[in-house]
Amino acid sequence: MPKARGRRVAGYGAALLLALVMVAPFLWMLSTALMDEFEVYQAPPPLLPASPRFANFTEALTALPFAVYFRNSLILAAATVVGQVATAAMAGYAFARHRFAGRTPLFAVYLGTLMIPGIALLVPRFLIVDAMGLVDTIAGLVSVELVAAWGIFLVRQYFLSLPRDMEDAARLDGASEWQVFWRVALPLARPALATVALFAFIDAWKALLWPLIIARSPDLRVVEAGVASFHGMYYANWPWQMAAAVAALVPVLLVFFVAQKAFLRGLAFGGFK
Amino acid sequence: MAALGVTHLVKRFAGGVVGVDDVTLTVGEGAFTALVGPSGCGKTTILRLVAGLEEPTSGEVRIGGRDVTWLPPRDRDVAMVFQNYALYPHLTVRDNIAFPLRVRRTAPAEIVRRVRQAAELLEIDALFERKPAQLSGGQRQRVALARAIVREPALFLFDEPLSNLDAQVRAQTRAELVALHRRLGATMLYVTHDQVEAMTMAQTVAVMASGRVLQEGAPMSLYRDPASLAVAKFIGSPSINTVAGRSTGARFEGALSCVLHAAEASGAVLAVRPEHLVLGAAADASPATVTLVEPLGPESLVRMRLASGEELVARCAGEAPWHIGDHVRVGVAEGRGLCYRASDGSRLL
Repeated sequence: MPKARGRRVAGYGAALLLALVMVAPFLWMLSTALMDEFEVYQAPPPLLPASPRFANFTEALTALPFAVYFRNSLILAAATVVGQVATAAMAGYAFARHRFAGRTPLFAVYLGTLMIPGIALLVPRFLIVDAMGLVDTIAGLVSVELVAAWGIFLVRQYFLSLPRDMEDAARLDGASEWQVFWRVALPLARPALATVALFAFIDAWKALLWPLIIARSPDLRVVEAGVASFHGMYYANWPWQMAAAVAALVPVLLVFFVAQKAFLRGLAFGGFK
Repeated sequence: MAALGVTHLVKRFAGGVVGVDDVTLTVGEGAFTALVGPSGCGKTTILRLVAGLEEPTSGEVRIGGRDVTWLPPRDRDVAMVFQNYALYPHLTVRDNIAFPLRVRRTAPAEIVRRVRQAAELLEIDALFERKPAQLSGGQRQRVALARAIVREPALFLFDEPLSNLDAQVRAQTRAELVALHRRLGATMLYVTHDQVEAMTMAQTVAVMASGRVLQEGAPMSLYRDPASLAVAKFIGSPSINTVAGRSTGARFEGALSCVLHAAEASGAVLAVRPEHLVLGAAADASPATVTLVEPLGPESLVRMRLASGEELVARCAGEAPWHIGDHVRVGVAEGRGLCYRASDGSRLL
C-alpha cells in the first residue's frame, strides 16, 4: 500500500510540475501586465508587482484604437470559423460518403496542401488578392483561410468512423440527400465540427502576418497587430503589451469554454452504441 | 400493403465479388417471409437492394406491381428496421418516431396523432422525452419499430433486428413481432442468420447460400423435405446427422444402413434428423459409443460415435437411460432417412 501511494504522489507531483511549466508564462504575463513600466527592467526581475497597476489595462487599450482592432479580429475569426466549419462539414461528408469520379486523387491533393508551409503561400496569396483588388479590405483580410484542408480531413475521418446506418435509415424514412446531410449527418458530426470551429477561431485570432501585410490602413488592423505594435525598434512598453495580450486572451478563453461543452456532449454521443 | 417481387436479381460488387446471384423471390401481399442463411450469403444485400440502398447489377425489384428497381429509397414506400436500430442519437424518442413524417412534411396535428398511435401500439409512450442513449436494447428496438410503422409503408424490411438483444428479450420480441404482423397485416421481409427465428416467425422461409436461394417454402416443409444437403444441414437444431456411403436403389449402405428408396449412387450421403435415430436393438442397427448425454428437461440429446468414427446426435424424450461410455446400437426410423448425392449435395430421389 505505501508503495502504491508513493507512486501516486510522485505521479501527481510530476503532473503538477508539468502544469506549472504550462501555466508559468501566462502567470508571468499577468504579473507583468500589472507592473510599473520600469519595474520590469529590474534585475533580477520581480515575480510579482510591488503594487498592482490596473491602470495599465485602460491605458494600453486606449493608447491605440483597440475597439476597432477587436472588431476586426472578431470579423476575421467569425468569417474563418463559419467558412471552415461549413466547407469542412460539406467536403468532409462528400469525401467520406459520396462516390464520385476522382475522389481519391482529389482528396490526396487536399492533403498535399497541408505539406506546404503557410509562409511559402504568403507572396502568391498576396499577389492573387492584389490582382482581385482586395488589398486593404475586409474581404481581402478574411479571404485566405475560409477553407482548411485539415478540417476537411478531420471531418472526413470522423464520418468514416460513424456507422452509415443512420443515414440509410433517414433515406428510407423519406429524407432527401440534403436532409440526410443537414438533419442526420451534421448533428452526428458535432464533436468534430466543434473541434474545427475551436481551432479555426484560435488560428484566426492569433493571425498576425497575413493581416499585417494585407491591411495597410490602421482601421483594418487586428488585435495581434495592436499588441505587437507596443514593441518598437528602440522601445518596448512591456506592461502595456502584456495588458493588451491578456485582454486579447479573453475571447479565446470564452470560446474555449463554450466549445468544451460541445466536446463533452460529443463524448456523450460517443457512448451511444 | 403490397406484394414484393424480385426477379433475376444480381449484385456484383467492385472487385468481382458476387453478393446476389440471380435471385427470384416473391413475398405475397401481407405475407411474412424470412431470408435465412449463414453470414455473407447475400441476404442483407438483397434487403438493401429492395430498399434501394444498393443498385443491382441486373434484375428487377417490384413493389405492389410497380417497378422500383432504379427509384431512390424514399420513393419506394419501404420501412426498414436495422440490426443496430439506427436511431438518431441527437433526437428524442418522440422526434425519432416523428422523423419520417416530418421529412415528408406531414401536417403537425397528423404527426402528433400518428406518433402517439404508434407509440401506444408498442407501449413506449412513457419514453417520449428520452434520447436513444438512455434506452435499453429492447426499448430501442421498439422505438425503431415505431419509427417504421408510423409511416404505414407498403413493405417492412427487417435486418437481423433481434440479434443485439439478450435471449429473454429476444424470445419475447419474436412473439410480439408475429403479433404485430398479424395486427398490421403488413408485408414483411425478414433477414436473419438464426434459423430458429426464421422457422418460428415466418410463413415462408427462403434459405440462402453463396448469393443464391437454395430452397423456399413453409418452415416445416423445409425441415421435413430439404431439397439439398446444405438446406438439410442449415435447418434444424441440433444439426441433421450425416453419414457417407452408397445408395443401391433399395438401401443405403454405410456406417449406418437402412432401407431407403433412392436413385442408385456410389457416393451418397444419408441424412437423419436427431429425433429419427432409434437407439436400441433394430434390424439394421450399428454399434456406437455414447460420448455425451445432454438432458434438456422434456428431452435429452445423446451424442455418440460410430465405430467408423462418425459423430451422431439423437434426440430422445425425457431422461435418457444411457451414460458416457455406454455401448448402444443405433438405427434409422423407418422411412425417415434422406439421401443426397455426395458430389453436389443434391437430393437422390
